[in-house]
Order: sequence, then C-alpha cells, then structure tokens
Amino acid sequence: MPSTAASPAASEVRWNLVFRQAVLEAAAAFALALLLLGPIVGLVLDGYQVKNELQRPLLIAAIIAVGRFLVTLATHTPAGQAALDRFNARRRQPGVLVVSAAESGRQRWWLLAIIILGLTLPFLASKYWLTVLIQAMIYVLLGLGLNIVVGLAGLLDLGYVAFYAVGAYGLALGAQYLDLGFWSALPLAAMLAALFGGVLGFPVLRMHGDYLAIVTLGFGEIIRLVLNNWLEFTGGPNGVSAPAPQLFGLEFTRTARDGGVPFHEYFQISYDPLHRFVFIYLVLFLIVCLMVVVVTRLRDMPVGRAWEALREDEIACRALGINHVLVKLSAFMMGATVGGIAGVFFATYQGFINPMSFNFFESALIVAIVVLGGLGSTTGVIVAAVVLTILPELLRAFADYRVFAFGALMVLMMIWRPRGLMRPRRRAFEVKGLCP
Amino acid sequence: MPMTIDPIHPPILEVTGLTMRFGGILALNDISFAVKCNSISALIGPNGAGKTTVFNCLTGFYKATEGRIALHTPRAAIDLISILGQPFKASDFINPAVFADRLYYKMFGGTHRVTRAGVARTFQNVRLFKEMTAIENLLVAQHLQLNRNLLAGLLRTAAYRQSERDALERAYAWLQVFGLAEDANRLAGELPYGHQRRLEIARAMCTSPRLLCLDEPAAGLNPRETTELSQLIRQLRDEHGVTILLIEHDMSLVMDLSEHIVVLDYGEVIADGDPQTVAHHPAVLAAYLGTEAVNDDESR
Repeated sequence: MPSTAASPAASEVRWNLVFRQAVLEAAAAFALALLLLGPIVGLVLDGYQVKNELQRPLLIAAIIAVGRFLVTLATHTPAGQAALDRFNARRRQPGVLVVSAAESGRQRWWLLAIIILGLTLPFLASKYWLTVLIQAMIYVLLGLGLNIVVGLAGLLDLGYVAFYAVGAYGLALGAQYLDLGFWSALPLAAMLAALFGGVLGFPVLRMHGDYLAIVTLGFGEIIRLVLNNWLEFTGGPNGVSAPAPQLFGLEFTRTARDGGVPFHEYFQISYDPLHRFVFIYLVLFLIVCLMVVVVTRLRDMPVGRAWEALREDEIACRALGINHVLVKLSAFMMGATVGGIAGVFFATYQGFINPMSFNFFESALIVAIVVLGGLGSTTGVIVAAVVLTILPELLRAFADYRVFAFGALMVLMMIWRPRGLMRPRRRAFEVKGLCP
Repeated sequence: MPMTIDPIHPPILEVTGLTMRFGGILALNDISFAVKCNSISALIGPNGAGKTTVFNCLTGFYKATEGRIALHTPRAAIDLISILGQPFKASDFINPAVFADRLYYKMFGGTHRVTRAGVARTFQNVRLFKEMTAIENLLVAQHLQLNRNLLAGLLRTAAYRQSERDALERAYAWLQVFGLAEDANRLAGELPYGHQRRLEIARAMCTSPRLLCLDEPAAGLNPRETTELSQLIRQLRDEHGVTILLIEHDMSLVMDLSEHIVVLDYGEVIADGDPQTVAHHPAVLAAYLGTEAVNDDESR
C-alpha cells in the first residue's frame, strides 16, 4: 500500500475504510454460510419429526464470519499484502519451469534419503500399514504408467484399469492353466498387457480428446465384463486365486508344498506371515525405483520427446516426419506394460482377485492421481499416489465423506493449481561455449 | 500451360494436372507448374485462390483428387501422392506388385512420408510445440536422424549419447543461423512472435529438406523483421542448398525475393513466369485489381 507512509490522519481514514470493508464482507460470508448450512446442519431428521437445531449453523457461520473478517484485515497489512502479491505472481508465471542440470543435481540427496526411508519402512510398519504401503506403491506404478499416456502423450485414457486387470489376471490364470509362477508371469503379463495396449491403440489412433476418452472407457468396461461373465475361463465373479512370490524357490508359507523348504526354515528364523508382505514390498519398491529411472530416461529420449510433441501439436508432428500412429501406439503400449506389472503385484499381494477390483472408480482414481500430481511430472505423480492412498487410511473416521472430500480436493486443485501439485519442469540443455 | 523442362537441370518439383475437390467444390482445377532446383519460387494469388490448398496437397495434408506431384531427388522421382496411401482399385488385385505397394503405403504411408522424402513446411499460423523449449523443438524435428533404439536409450549406450550430442550441436547450429541462440532454453510459446516465426523455419530446416515450403512467412512481421527474413531465406538457399517455395501476400517481398512466380486465381494457374512477366500480365492485374466488364471477357 503506498499510503502507509502518509500522515496519521490519512492512515486512520484508510483503516476505517478497510475495517468497514471487512465488516461488510464478514456479514456477507455469515449470510451465505447460514443460507448454505442452515437446512443441511440446522434441521435434523429424528424419527418422523424434524428437529430444529439452528444453533449449530449459527455457530459455524459465526466462525466463518470471524475468519473472513480476520482474513480481510490481514490482507491489508504489509505482510499480508506481500503474501498476496507472491501468490498472484505465482499464478501469472508460465506453467512450465525450465531447470538447468546443476539445479536438479541438488535433489540427489533428497532422493537418497527417500530410497533409504522406503527400504527401511517395511521393517518398522505393522502388517496393516505394510499393506497400505504396498497399495500405495501399486498406485505409484499405475500413476507412472498412465502418466506416459495422459501426461506425456496427451491421450486421455479412462480405461486404464483394463491393463491393470490384464496383468492381475495374467498372473492368476497363468498360474491356474499354465502353472506359471510369479517371476515367470511378471514379464509375460507385462507383455500381454502391452499387446492389449496395442489392440486398444490401433482402432483409436485416429481419435482425439473426448472421443478417445469414451472409447477407452468402453474398452475398460469390456475387459471387466468379459472377466465377469466368462465363467468357465476366469471363474467370473467368484474370482481366482493368485500365487505368492518366491525367493529363489523358497516359499513364504508355514509349510512348503511338494516337499520344498519354506523361507523361514532355510534361514532358521521363526515363521512370520509378515515376511511375505515385506518381500512383496521390497520387490515392488525396487520395481518402482527402476520404473522411475525408465520413465525419466524415456522423457529425454527421442520417443519421449515425440510423445510430448504429439501432445503439443499433432499436425506439426506429422509435418516433421514423425509417424504419429506409431508414436501413439508406443505410448499406449508402454503405459499398458507398466499397468500390467502393477496388476501382477496387486494379484500376488491380494492372493485372490475378482473383477470387482477393476471397476471404473479405479480408472478415475488413477486419472485423478495423474491430474493431481501434475500432467507429466514424475515427482508429482508419486506424491499424489502416496497421498491419495495413505490419506483415506489416516482419515478412516471420516470414511463416509471420503468421496466427497476427494471431489472437493479435485475442485480446489483445479482452481488453485490447475497444473497439478508440481509445476512441470523441463531440462535446460547446455552446449559448451554456446550457453552462459 | 506449356512447360519447358531443362534436361540438365530437371525441376525438383513437378506438379501436373493437380485437381482437388471437396465434395462438390472444385478447389483446384488442373494445376500444373514446376519448381526449379535451388530456386526461390512464390505462389501468389488473391484470398481464396487455393494457395494453401496447393501447399496442403504438396506436403501431404490433403490427398489430391487427381494429378501427379513428383519430387525429383538425385536418386529417384518420388510420387508424393501415392506415398500417402491410396484406395485400392480393381486392377490392383491382378497386379501383385502394385497391390503390395499400395498395401504398404496404406499401412505405413501418410503425411510423415512426404517430409521424409524431403519436403518440409511451415504453417500460416505458427505451430510450435509451445510448452517445449526452443531447442527441444529442433530436437523433435531431428527425430528420424537420431538413434531411436529403446534399449540403447534406456541403457544410455555410447552410440546413443553420441547421437544425442550430435543432434544438440545441429540444433544449436541452426539456432545460431536464425539468431535464436539466446532463446535456446526458453519455452517456444513465450518467445516474441518474430522469433517464433524464425524458430518454425529453423525447425523445418532440421528435417534436412530439399524443398522448403513457407506458408506466409512474413505474416505479422514488422518491416525490419521482414527484411531480415528475406535475407535469411536467401541465405538458406545460397548456403544450405535448399529450394524454397513460398506463399506470401507481401508483394514487395515476393518481387524482391523470388525468381519464379506462379499466380493462382479461383483454383487455376493464371500466370507463371519471372517477376517482371507476372507483374505485367493482364490476367494477374485483372485478378488483383479487377477490370472493366468489357476487358473481363477477353482476359478470361
């Protein structure tokens, strides 16, 4: 405010004005809150009668009004003004940040700390939290996979859960019919998912935006319905059991089948059902780390650049000699592969799967992870996946409001951070002698 | 229109009988012209004459209804229409060679093939990859010249890193030619308009074309930028051995720059020749300025 240094009288007049404005805004907020909350919170259905509990909305509205009053006053103090300016300046900045290699090198220590934390966590966590962590890692994997399709290549895929299902059923049915174990099913299921990605990709290559979203949505439902209705092959709604992983042939069970040696006997430690989950978590964590490296490198490779170019402008891509059909297909297949791997882990950790786990809500959740994290940002997607799986567990007490909170979070994010939690970053290139 | 073809210096581009129909509308009617190797040619005409349609046919964005577009490269003449992929004809099923050819181009053909044959283009309204940096725009354009092996890239083999380094150096070299070296790491969408125009030409040059098609390169530029641009276009022709075909409304630029002008009106070629001939051609004057009703019959 320029007038802060002016005479005391002018400053007093100004503060009077601010005060008046604050009171008015507080009154408006009070009225609005009362209007909104009055019928919802104030009238309580009790048996066949409606009980009048107006003091509750009044109290909430009063809190809101006081809050509004204080916020208005605060934005007129020099410190508040500065904070507001910073906020606005950030919104005006371009969406994408170009970061030099030196700047991104500083994150290396953070990375190391996170990896060490990730490796030690399973030994500290209880069984419940271990399963939550595994779930979180699976969603990280799904987010990374969908991020290739939606974030990098810009193809909105609403049926991503289909590839997740293909991976999970690949393990379960592979074990049932072909006697495959976890380790042999992992690459095969990934390849199978890639094949399905190709099958889906081929007919939808000429579509854009909304049409593509609808077709992929349909594809996701088709896979789920086939799994649900092909009773003889998939077991339908009864589901199938999936094998647990083994460590070089050592099983994580109390007594081994077929005369093998279980893990705890081989290492001569007492049996603990937790071992299986710790093992799954550790393998999954390594796969996630590997996938982060793969995705980061893919972004810098010609194919990754072509994906992003395709997202920016397909016509220009074609004018540059890039075969947009193959580029789209490669994005679909790469994303599907990652989804398939996530599916295998889901099946092995659950031990049992049925089509109910692969409904549209899962797809929506994965899209939400990618959008929330910031399209194309690997770090953002990881943070969003972890937050969206761990937060609901922390807020078990409010389980009824989970979907509501989820929706509210999305709306708020779209208003304040339309580009996601993390601003997309790009690498700055340096060539010796040419760049400062 | 009679065409004289020099047997020693064959034209790089030869368009014969090009016709384009959109439903019932005849957008191009039997267009024929040739572009000499290493020349600067211009395609002009009043609004709606079909200039951009010709461009879209040449660069594979439209599939011409009839006619032939031949690009003469040192090795062979490439038919720019067949590589887009054409529908099968009854006679194809008797001739397996033709059938195989058509099937191949139907599956793998498309606009990108035209660029691979050596025709690059820019767009009337700049089409850059706005959220990528200037240098990344140029790297994307070099896609085909790079090591695209997935495993090599994931393992960062020596060959892959060498190919990426080469691409970066080529990109910087082009940025310097176009005076954009300082913008290398800025987002393409943030650059001033004049720079965006130049970056788009640089990007087209990165595909190492033989024929560069510029669609209104000077649109929206101020006079100083236009002069710089015309010097730049000449430099591209003289130093980088590329043939240039441009559409432009700025007549002073066209007359100053081009050696050969093709004038279109209502989807037909009304004049074809060097700037002096074209500037005094009665049909051209009629198309641009209009004529009295009596003369109109004579000139048509």
